[in-house]
Amino acid sequence: MIQKQVNQKAWFMVLPVFLIVAFSAVIPLMTVVNYSVQDTFGNNVFSWYGLGWFEEIIHSPRFHDAFLRQLLFSGIILAIEIPLGICIALAMPKKGWGVPVCLVTMALPLLIPWNVVGTIWQIFGRVDIGLLGHTLAQMGINYNYVQDPLAAWLTVIVMDVWHWTSLVVLLCYAGLCSIPDAYYQAAKIDGATRLAVFRYIQLPKMQRVLLIAVLLRFMDSFMIYTEPFVITGGGPGNSTTFLSIDLVKMAIGQFDLGPAAAMSLIYFLVILLLSWVFYTVMSNVGEESKGGH
Amino acid sequence: MDFSWMAWTKPTAYFFLTILCFLITLTVWEIKVPGGNPRNSVLGFETTRGDRLFMSLLGSAYIHIFWIALTSASVWWAFAIAILFAICVFSFV
Repeated sequence: MIQKQVNQKAWFMVLPVFLIVAFSAVIPLMTVVNYSVQDTFGNNVFSWYGLGWFEEIIHSPRFHDAFLRQLLFSGIILAIEIPLGICIALAMPKKGWGVPVCLVTMALPLLIPWNVVGTIWQIFGRVDIGLLGHTLAQMGINYNYVQDPLAAWLTVIVMDVWHWTSLVVLLCYAGLCSIPDAYYQAAKIDGATRLAVFRYIQLPKMQRVLLIAVLLRFMDSFMIYTEPFVITGGGPGNSTTFLSIDLVKMAIGQFDLGPAAAMSLIYFLVILLLSWVFYTVMSNVGEESKGGH
Repeated sequence: MDFSWMAWTKPTAYFFLTILCFLITLTVWEIKVPGGNPRNSVLGFETTRGDRLFMSLLGSAYIHIFWIALTSASVWWAFAIAILFAICVFSFV
């Protein structure tokens, strides 16, 4: 019998990465934990505050509002982007010159930096110089994202859909392309309808990429900062102040390091739990489909 | 080296030292009994020792958060519940 040689020397090769990650991620995270239990009045003078900031943040209506807005935003954009992405992916050509054209067109919004996307929509929606805002005003529609919370929400949502649906499309398209022709031929012989092909062949085959798409879009939207900050700055009032915007306001605007650190940790815990749930579901779906075939 | 500018406190140090101890214990455990002791949990999926530690730590954090949110009683009760929770996770999950 061949004895498998165990050699742990490779761990030393990982040491530089470990040190870099410790310096750039682990220690900063530890610093946040450290700040969350202290109070400061500047000058780098800190005093012990225990769990006081956590109590304050958990009971603060400001945090509850920002959290609910964040959940609502992520829920809305997922409800739009996922079905829309599937529909576009299904409509895209599978061969011919249309494939590269569609793929490049779809990839374009993903290549634009977040702050540029924000600026594009900030100008696009303006009533005085923006194409969208001006056109809507000419049509007699009262649209002003600077003053009207509903208009601000619509602008931020449409912008996110414009920016990120492509990601869902590309993932779904990759999933659709991986389905062998034999499945479609079998469906044709059985006389399956278009809906049945979608329900029993395409959707199950897309399940894994769809979960990845949902995970990525949920995480990204849950941490969204730059685009709404550039477009609305969190306004009008606090109507588009999502968690990350509120966090930055607190940490940098007000320099309230203690509460901001406590809020970061709660925010981090929510993301960690959701990521873990998604990851567990994803890996189990993978295992099931492996076992099923 | 002087780290006083980072304003470290003893409780934070104890907190992270405890987590470090958990990680070292798990590493030693893995060297002694390799394979991670995978088993099908009551949650319906396979878990290893590492998964169980992660669930225990994350669950403990949530127990403390909910304790602070729902009651003004001493947070040491939440700590005790978190330990019980971790024991349950390592026994049944």
